[in-house]
Parts: sequence; C-alpha cells; structure tokens
Amino acid sequence: MATDTRGLSTEQAVRVRNLHRSFTKDGGVLNGLDLDIAPGEFVALIGRSGTGKSTLLRALAGLDRDVDGYGQITVPGAVSVVFQDSRLLPWKRVLDNVIFGLRGADARERGAQALAEVGLAGRERAWPHQLSGGEQQRAALARSLVREPQLLLADEPFGALDALTRIRMHALLRKLCETHRPAVLLVTHDVDEAIVLADRVILLDAGVVDTDVRVDLANRSRSDAGFAALRTLLLDRLGVDEEGRR
Amino acid sequence: MTAALHATTPKSDDKTDARVVRRRLGPGRRIRFAFWIGPLLALAVWSVGSATGVIKPAILSAPWDVAVAFEDQWSNHDLPGNILSSLERAVIGLTLGVVTGAVLAVISGLSRAGESVIDGPIQIKRSVPTLAIIPLFIAWFGIGQEMKIVTIALISLVPIYIHTHNGLRGIDGKYAELAETIGISRGDFIRHVVLPGALPGFLLGMRFAVTSALLGLVVVEQYNAVAGIGHMITLAEQYGQTDVIVVGLVIYGVFGYCADSAVRLTARKVLAWRQTLEG
Ligand SMILES: Nc1ncnc2c1ncn2[C@@H]1O[C@H](COP(=O)(O)OP(=O)(O)O)[C@@H](O)[C@H]1O
Ligand SMILES: [Mg+2]
Repeated sequence: MATDTRGLSTEQAVRVRNLHRSFTKDGGVLNGLDLDIAPGEFVALIGRSGTGKSTLLRALAGLDRDVDGYGQITVPGAVSVVFQDSRLLPWKRVLDNVIFGLRGADARERGAQALAEVGLAGRERAWPHQLSGGEQQRAALARSLVREPQLLLADEPFGALDALTRIRMHALLRKLCETHRPAVLLVTHDVDEAIVLADRVILLDAGVVDTDVRVDLANRSRSDAGFAALRTLLLDRLGVDEEGRR
Repeated sequence: MTAALHATTPKSDDKTDARVVRRRLGPGRRIRFAFWIGPLLALAVWSVGSATGVIKPAILSAPWDVAVAFEDQWSNHDLPGNILSSLERAVIGLTLGVVTGAVLAVISGLSRAGESVIDGPIQIKRSVPTLAIIPLFIAWFGIGQEMKIVTIALISLVPIYIHTHNGLRGIDGKYAELAETIGISRGDFIRHVVLPGALPGFLLGMRFAVTSALLGLVVVEQYNAVAGIGHMITLAEQYGQTDVIVVGLVIYGVFGYCADSAVRLTARKVLAWRQTLEG
C-alpha cells in the first residue's frame, strides 16, 4: 500500500519529492525520485525497459493502490491518461467512447469537435473494431483532450503503431498540445520521438532522474546537428551507441 | 546498388477475376431462412415415415392426425386457455429467476463480501437437481401455482447466475482501470462497463435458462394442474390419445424453439459491436 502525501498543485503542474516504489522486499523500482513539471510543459520520459517509467506514470495517475512505497506527489485536479492500447470500450461507438463519463448537455457536441480535431470527423458512429490502430489511438487522444486536462500522462501511446503512422501522430500531438496547453509527461522508448516532441527530456535510471535536458532546438529535423548531438548524449546515457552496441 | 522501377502493366484486358482467395475456415456467410431448414427436414421425415407405414400410429401419430387433434383440442377443449396458462407460469417463473440470477451475479461479481455469501450456496444448489427439490417445495408451498412458479424460477436462476458471473469476471481489468482514470461513479461504472461487458455471458445464460424453464414447466405441470399443456397431456394419457400427447409435445417444442430464437435474435442485435464467427 502506497502511503503518499498527495495534493493538488498550485505553481507547478507536477511536483514529486522523494518518491519510493517497490514490488519486492529487496530493492525498489523508484528510489527517492524528484520531478517538477511546469504548467504547459511537455516532458518526455525515457529509460531502459524495466527501469520504472510505467511505475512512475501510474503513481502520478493514482493507479498504484497495491504497490508499496511512499513520497510526496502533487498533481493538478484534471489528469488524463493515454495508454499504449487505446482502451476504447468495444461496446460503445466511437463518439460514446470519447464522451464516456462526461457530463453536461453539450457533451456530444464537444466530443464530435474533439473527434474532428484528431481527424476522425464522420466516424462518430463506428465501432472501435472498425478503426485502424492509429485511428483508435487518435480516438483515445480525443477522449483525453475533451476533458481539458491540466496534465496529460501518456505511456508509450504510439508504441504499437507503425513508423509512418507514428510520424503523423507526432505532428498531431504537438498541434493538440499547442492548442490545449496541458502539462505532458510522455513515456517513450524512442529517443528520436522524445527529442521531436518534448520541451525537456528526462532519463530514468536506478529509480531516480539520471539526466534532465532541455530541448532548445530551432529546428527539430533529425538531420540537424543539435538534434544529432542530443541523440548521441541520450543514447550514451542509456548505455548504447548509435549502432545499438552496449 | 542498382534498382529498376517498372510501371506495372496488366497482362491482358479480359475481366476474369484472378484473385487468390484464402480458403475460409470460419462458418462463412449467413444463409437466409437457415433457421427453418432443420425443423422442416424433421417434419418431412416424419410425414414420409407415417405415409409409408414405417412409423406406426401406435408409436407416433401421423402429422395430419396430430393436426386434426390440434383442431379438436383448439375448438372443443380450450387449447388456447391451456397454452396461456402454461405460458403464464413459464414467463412469471422465468422472469423471477432471470432478474434474481442477474442481480445476484452482479453483487457477487463486484464485491468480495457478496461473493462469499452468494457464490457458495449457488454452487451447492447447482449440484442438487432442482427437480429433486420439488417434494420439499410441495411441503412448503403446496401443490398450487406458487410451487410451480418457484420451481421454474429456481431452475432458470442457476444458468443466468453462472454465465453472467463468468462474463462479468472475464471483463478485461484494463477497462476498469480506464474508468478509474476517468473518475466515474460506481453506478456509472456498472451501467457503462460491467453490464455491457457481462451481456454476452448473460445472453448465453438466457439460452440455457429458457430451456431449463420449459423443462421445469413440463415437470411441475404433472402435479395437479387444472389447466395448462401438462394438464392436457395427463388427461390424454388417461384416455390413451397419443395424437393429443403429440400435440402437447409439439407445443412444448414450439415454445422452446421460439424462446431460443428470440434470445439468439436479441443477442445478434445487441451484440453488434462484437466481431466474431457468429457474423
Ligand atoms: N505489477 C507488478 N508486479 C511485480 N513487479 C512489477 C509490476 N509492475 C512492474 N514490475 C517491475 O517493476 C519494474 C519496473 O517496471 P515498469 O515501470 O513497467 O518499467 P518500464 O515501464 O520502465 O519498462 C520491472 O522490473 C517490473 O518487472
Ligand atoms: Mg512500461
């Protein structure tokens, strides 16, 4: 049972202090992690597989009731989560999925608008299984954004998509975040994706933030020299070189 | 590295479709009126058997004799009244059983406390044939309508409970997690996630429940019924009228068949969101 001090944030969108989480007696997954995210800031979280990225995200989302640990977590009142799978309820049509749990007379209207924003206008009455993987994930994005979150938590949301669809989703996500300005914590295993999307990249290792770099690139194209330097730095911290050797 | 790009040109312009299509392993497209083919075939075999004398009237009356007996029962012996009173019993008992079974399944599916109280007794009840409990019910409720309805309710409760509970527990936990992040109330969670997710299980339970209810009906109507199809059969038995017995059996069969098709049709309508071999 996690015994955190939780609170609603004021200045920072996210403020985490001394966060501990462990699944086993010997050795924790998160060992005193500190993290701040400013309102509207887009942070990408990278790290080797099994370093506790999902564990951190689930702690912020309040989804880790059964995990041992303690610490201080402050998050905004409105938090949305996007998972690796779209988690559309198969028995609800796409629009009903988007507005699931939403109150108010204008819910359908707002839902349809959110669908249009992610390029799914006209698919309101489709069943989830009739959408492609990318379309399902876009519907899931619409479901998150229609709630106007102050914090968007996304755990490898594009991990199951093909490379082309992923590039289009990057553009879409950046556009949506510029319009709605939520604080974002995006978990990804793809260093390029992190640099393309984020204002800041943090790297998790041994249960704490190991590296924390600001992405100050005028040009986010992969051929840019600054991009390449940042990629090399991050890959080096991950313990791999450009060819993937350890 | 060299690479040559060719614009693909069609080899001929005839319109033969040369697609390579995989052999289908699923059952394929739905056949129209497929539903009636089996029953009609059975009726044909019965007619031919009776007409050629292979099926003796003493064993099984011919379809036309049964039709005549049906007409006679209908106009001279209040068959409509008998049908209605049987239907009433079955419908009241089934409704009671289905509602109770579904409510118990949701309670025991969603709360550990409910499960520990409800699940055990139902599993025990399940291994005792309901028909064996009838003598006890007669002692409790007499041999009137009450005993009959309680028996039918109890016999249809079990499959509804088992399959709804099973369907509910089979709902993917990640949907519950999603509902938690969205922050909906428990009531909304039951309405939007639990009930639709358990619906396929419930409808399967429903198919077993309607046939169980009819089985119960047939048995309880042997006890001192003053009206109903069972009553008609009991009388016919005393007078040795096989054709009337067959009328009763056919009516039971039609009840069962209609009820089952109604459930299947409903299932196909309300489960349109599923992509299964059912098609
Ligand atoms: N529910 C769980 N039970 C036991 N161990 C878990 C559970 N979830 C995660 N872990 C362990 O915690 C570590 C971190 O997992 P996770 O946060 O999912 O890593 P990441 O998302 O960075 O790949 C892993 O070693 C994993 O085996
Ligand atoms: Mg993970």
